Amino acid sequence: MSMLTITDLHACVITDEGETPILRGVSLVVESGKTNAIMGPNGSGKSTLAYVIAGHPKYTVTSGSIDLDGEDVLAMSVDERARAGLFLAMQYPVEIPGVSVSNFLRTSITALRGEAPKLRTWTKDMKLAMSDLQMDPAFSSRNVNEGFSGGEKKRHEILQMGLMQPKIAVLDETDSGLDVDALKVVSEGVNRFKDQNDAGVLLITHYTRILRYIKPDVVHVFVDGKIVATGGPELAEALEADGYESYTTAARA
Amino acid sequence: MTAPTVAPATDLAPRIFSRNIDDFDVPHGREEEWRFAPIKQLAEFFEPATWGSVGVAGEHDALVECVEINDSRLSQNWMPTDRPSAIARAKATHAVLITIAKESVHSTPIVVNLENSGENSYLHVEVHAGAFSKAQVVLIHDTTGNVNGSMLSIVEDQADLTMLSVIDADLAVTQHLHWFTEVGRDANFLGLSITLGGGVIRTVPMVTYRAPGGKAQMLGAFLLTGRQFQEHRILVDHTEPHCTSNVIYKGALSGEGAHSVWIGDVLVRREATGIETYELNRNLLLTDGPRADSVPNLELETGDVISAGHASATGRFDDEQLFYLQSRGIPEATARQLVVRGFFVEVLNKIDDPNLRGSLMHRIESKLGIVDHE
Repeated sequence: MSMLTITDLHACVITDEGETPILRGVSLVVESGKTNAIMGPNGSGKSTLAYVIAGHPKYTVTSGSIDLDGEDVLAMSVDERARAGLFLAMQYPVEIPGVSVSNFLRTSITALRGEAPKLRTWTKDMKLAMSDLQMDPAFSSRNVNEGFSGGEKKRHEILQMGLMQPKIAVLDETDSGLDVDALKVVSEGVNRFKDQNDAGVLLITHYTRILRYIKPDVVHVFVDGKIVATGGPELAEALEADGYESYTTAARA
Repeated sequence: MTAPTVAPATDLAPRIFSRNIDDFDVPHGREEEWRFAPIKQLAEFFEPATWGSVGVAGEHDALVECVEINDSRLSQNWMPTDRPSAIARAKATHAVLITIAKESVHSTPIVVNLENSGENSYLHVEVHAGAFSKAQVVLIHDTTGNVNGSMLSIVEDQADLTMLSVIDADLAVTQHLHWFTEVGRDANFLGLSITLGGGVIRTVPMVTYRAPGGKAQMLGAFLLTGRQFQEHRILVDHTEPHCTSNVIYKGALSGEGAHSVWIGDVLVRREATGIETYELNRNLLLTDGPRADSVPNLELETGDVISAGHASATGRFDDEQLFYLQSRGIPEATARQLVVRGFFVEVLNKIDDPNLRGSLMHRIESKLGIVDHE
């Protein structure tokens, strides 16, 4: 049983022109076995929340806390957070030229487990995880994210999540840019991962479409750097029908 | 003295071919070919001096010989193309000659450790790969002091020659090295230039073809840390039809005052129809402060080619790559190592011998202060 607790989190971007606040008091709990969906309009800061949880150096936390099972996440480096059991599926995964997927995954798993995986079981695990996501075996010899299509990048993110088995996974707009077939494959991958690992999922999305395939337990509406409404799956249905307008107008008022 | 050979004018090829030092003026730095070079630091390379000659260290294969510079087996046709190379050819007393016999096949690399007395030296090395032979020659420049000279690789018809040249000198050292390659009919040449250190290093590789069907690849990996200068000025002179050339140079630079120059000249002459050529330079700036100049030039005298292209890019070490790798649990030092290895892999993977490849990668990483975690 794991629990990620975010309390009154404020974060900003520091530029030459000064501080631009982006998160303005986010409080949220993600538990094992539960899926929290965060929905919000463009520019609301929902992706920033994902990056701040993972520890991206671009953002500075000005107040508040992030705690994973009693450990202070904000005190950890990016790689320590991953080793503590946090995972971020990125919206725009970067290319790493000259580094093959298999080398990358093996290096990552070795760092996470503290020892290199046994070659025979590792090859088998990877083949199985790839076939679950309908990925060509040749994929593992390609360079990380180099020349990947949008769908391949997202499958690769979900592949990593399945192999790394984090306690809490943050999915940052994993659904954007996917056609419906790819969306189904990716969603099945998320559901399988969650069921097998009893993991907690924080699903950040702009659209309600993915929620047909991944059922949320809790839905949050995120506007202007904070959560403005929280409810059950019915909240997502209301957003599908009415959009974000009533929330954005309220936030501006 | 005979009159120097003066070649017809092109933008990129040398105009003068001569062994007479005074056929070349002392460069003043405004000439196109010298405009990036630190002329003052090269001053002693422009006047003839009494320097020793680079020889071979320790035990070596019987096909590696240290010979007098007037040995008749050394190339009689090759002519220097600038003042330093003319001086080195005129003043060197000895040469290193590596003869790969016709039709001989060497499965293990022929490793040659070049050494000198510790003083400034002239260098003349020739590798003659006989027809239908196959070999890999590894030249390790274990010299100290300044070095001025030329390496020649003569690849006879259908020979297959890989030649690796490794320079790893200290900051006080200045080196000026020509590397002339002539590719025979249907021959295959792979040149690998690895430069890991030195105060001022200027290499001038030139590839040309003796007959149709030759293939040449010139690959380079270079590393500058701190106040160092390196210039790699490559010319591929397509003189024959149906040949190919592929040039890939990758450089990593760190620290204030590091300055690299890459010039990739390709000349396709009127008679060189049906050729394929490509050249690429990538530079990775690991910190603030370094400067990398990169100038690809393509001069086409015929449009009747299969392909001709070039690319050049210089970029900073990408913090997003580091974040991505670290977010997968990989510690920062290992993440940096992965990125730098990935950057050089395209060049280093061409080195067949895994021990040599591993030791070069290790030297690169230790110079960059990247800890090996394996």
